[in-house]
Amino acid sequence: MTDATATAAPRPHGAGSLLAQDERTRRRNKAEARFRAYGLSAVIIGILALVLLLVSILSNGLSSFRQTFITFPVMLQAERLDPEGNRNPAEMAEVTTFGYLPILAQAFVEHVESLGIEHDVGLRDMAAMISDEAPAQLRARVLANPDLIGQTIEVEVLAGGRIDGFFKGRVTLASAERDRNVTPAQLVLAQALAEEGSMETRFNWSFVTAPDASGQRPEAAGLGVAIVGSFYMMLVVLALALPIGVAASIYLEEFAPKNRFTDLIEVNISNLAAVPSIVFGILGLATFINFAGLPQSAPIVGGLVLTLMTLPTIIIATRASLRAVPPSIREAALGLGASRMQSVFHHVMPLAAPGILTGTIIGLAQALGETAPLLLIGMVAFVREFPAAPPEGLFDAASALPVQVYSWTQRSDPAFVERASGAIIVLLVFLIIMNAVAVILRRRFERRW
Amino acid sequence: MPLLWTLTIILVLGAVGYVLGRRKAIASAGGDTRLLHSLPGYYGANAMILTVVPALLVLAVWLIVQPLVIERSVTSLIPATTVEEIGSRSLVMTEVRRLAEGIDTAIEVGALTTGDARALSTEFTDIRARLGEVGVALGSDVTPQVLVAAQEYRAMKATGQAIMTGVVLVLAGLGLAFAYARTHQEFRARNAVEYAILSILLLASTIAILTTVGIVLSMLFETFNFFELYPWREFFFGLEWRPSFEGGSDLGLIPLLWGTLYISVIALLVSVPIGLFAAIYLAEYASRRLRSVAKPLIEILAGIPTIVYGLFALITVGPLLRDYFAEPLGLGQSSSSVMTAGIVMGIMLIPFVSSLSDDIINSVPQSLRDGSYGLGATQSETVKQVILPAALPGIVGAILLAASRAIGETMIVVLGAGAAAKLSLNPFEAMTTVTVKIVGQLTGDTNFESPEALVAFALGLTLFVITLGLNVLALYIVRKYREQYE
Repeated sequence: MTDATATAAPRPHGAGSLLAQDERTRRRNKAEARFRAYGLSAVIIGILALVLLLVSILSNGLSSFRQTFITFPVMLQAERLDPEGNRNPAEMAEVTTFGYLPILAQAFVEHVESLGIEHDVGLRDMAAMISDEAPAQLRARVLANPDLIGQTIEVEVLAGGRIDGFFKGRVTLASAERDRNVTPAQLVLAQALAEEGSMETRFNWSFVTAPDASGQRPEAAGLGVAIVGSFYMMLVVLALALPIGVAASIYLEEFAPKNRFTDLIEVNISNLAAVPSIVFGILGLATFINFAGLPQSAPIVGGLVLTLMTLPTIIIATRASLRAVPPSIREAALGLGASRMQSVFHHVMPLAAPGILTGTIIGLAQALGETAPLLLIGMVAFVREFPAAPPEGLFDAASALPVQVYSWTQRSDPAFVERASGAIIVLLVFLIIMNAVAVILRRRFERRW
Repeated sequence: MPLLWTLTIILVLGAVGYVLGRRKAIASAGGDTRLLHSLPGYYGANAMILTVVPALLVLAVWLIVQPLVIERSVTSLIPATTVEEIGSRSLVMTEVRRLAEGIDTAIEVGALTTGDARALSTEFTDIRARLGEVGVALGSDVTPQVLVAAQEYRAMKATGQAIMTGVVLVLAGLGLAFAYARTHQEFRARNAVEYAILSILLLASTIAILTTVGIVLSMLFETFNFFELYPWREFFFGLEWRPSFEGGSDLGLIPLLWGTLYISVIALLVSVPIGLFAAIYLAEYASRRLRSVAKPLIEILAGIPTIVYGLFALITVGPLLRDYFAEPLGLGQSSSSVMTAGIVMGIMLIPFVSSLSDDIINSVPQSLRDGSYGLGATQSETVKQVILPAALPGIVGAILLAASRAIGETMIVVLGAGAAAKLSLNPFEAMTTVTVKIVGQLTGDTNFESPEALVAFALGLTLFVITLGLNVLALYIVRKYREQYE
């Protein structure tokens, strides 16, 4: 006991007051609070990352849906555009876009003069304010309607990429000093024109409908071909992956005996779900293009590769929803004299259909955003022509939405960064729609047994 | 006869078979369908399957085999001198095929008659110019040898096509006749049809195996070709990556592997703590309402395509890191760096780690928690000393899966990591990965006989083997763990 009294200084644990926390409890409570704070901050970091990602894309990309246009009257001189005077589109087609360029430039210069704007922009620099795409658009309009020749028409043409950037805040007077492609004087003139109402920045549908444009004309580049290409690929994926995936799941879930072979299939499916997507690209390149001789950049090849990638997703989702149908349904069908095949196709499948559909849509959404395998099968090619209608169109060259984003990031003009972000917004809108449909389907039709 | 017509005829025969089979079955039962073994539709379906399926199978096999056979026998016609002139055998064959197709097009548009085409000779006509008129562009002038080969090619193709159409149509007819003859009141049509459907289902489920085999074979063949041109020792142990298309390139794997692993480690350092803590918080602490909002929000990150993360790295994270960390610290001026790619990839992996860990934490039995609380442990002590040790194998599995994702990820590193192969420790320097180089070596025009292009297949195989190993290991661990509590 003497020993005990000698060392009795620390009070035994729990002998303190209930109202005052002792040192150890305080420490433990602090540790508890800290741990909780770590957890909460991890959740917040995750959500913040999402917000930051979306804000970054939106703030960079929303402006690509708006474009600067210049409006001015143009006198379409007959002697220059239709030297034969027959108003025959075939003859007029001999005048190339280079024939329209000076007419547009001259009309623009005259328009600025008529407005009485003081400026010190050279004639060459003034013409450079109009997009290189404008003469081609004017030419197409004239060829479609030869009677316009000889008249003075109001044209609305795209402004050059830098001028457009000025109205969107990407180009400033200070940055123009260092830029070889634009002078501050051009920007001052553009500002004056905007005040006169001849130049305005407004919503631009052609970003979604027009085909891609070359690296010097970011203002004219659009997503049309990419959207069509992605749509074709989704058609192929839907037509192949859904039936094959559903058939495979029915076999594995309802009929497969438990043996080595079905084990092998199961292991394969779960592994394929985790194989890096680029490996599927190599597979596509080696088998579909090099071996089977299918054309490069064709939606059919992209669709086939994406089908192989999507199959595991669809199979896993379909099997889960088949499993969710209670065995009593099958037993009731069998009891009434149906064969196993009939019980599956007449009773189990309809009940599992919403789940299968949801899984398919989610698989499609995944396939829509996939980029890496498409790079290898040549979808990065620069394609300006819209593919024909399916089925022939499936073999024409096309681009795809995510690949278009990639190819725009590889171009030097900074205006393409804005375009790429805009393309991502379009892609995300499609994904949101697909996922929303999947969620609605699930909410509407899901049955809990 | 074009393929489309053959197909249509087969399908029409199938429809006819359906009607005939059904009608004969009903007739054999004297119009009383109750006397039939199966529903009348099954007799029809049986006839249709026997008509269509064998014919289509033969058609498919024929379409795959015929070009190979023709190719082989035509190739043997080409003398070695011609091969030397043009370059390689495959180039000659491309030329032959072009010419043959060109002649066919010319006949189609009416520029040549069938007789003209047969009598074509290089001495009297400039074939290249003549085909040019109908819009067929040939690469070079036609030599007599190529013309002979092309004529042979056309002849064989035409005969092959004719025989194929005949065989396939006869087969369809035979199938129809056989099924019709068999159709009778007593015939077990449903069993036959269901057997056929079952075979189709089985066939569909073997696609997964075929895909794996396809992946392995396609990469294995080209990898062997690569190792014939380039020593494997230098590939696996080479410290330099310097491809040059004039030859004499250094294609060492080590710098690429180093970049891949470095980026993956950073990605895991970002994603594992955040993902794990988020999972713990959501599973153990969060109120039901917070959970129902936060969990889907974090999982949205998993649904965002990787190209979006790539662009995020390129335009936001990269410049940010460069301006606020790399340049002030004097570590580099590059906006694409190991750090950029690693952080963004880490963000991508957060939902992956958190949702897998969440499942695993939730599957730890409640009794373990209750026991721990009963002994007076706080919640965090329970998590640290009871739940995490119990869930550890599963969490390790989740981390391995995340690592395999990180190693195989392409778009984020293509846009965020750079293209320079380097062995460096500086995380703010641009480095490159295996996947970036696969994309780099295989995009654009590639010559599949040079080691610089073929190396991509060896890289792909390396990547496949590494990720497969990680996946198998992870799945094994997760499965073992699940069994423990079930």
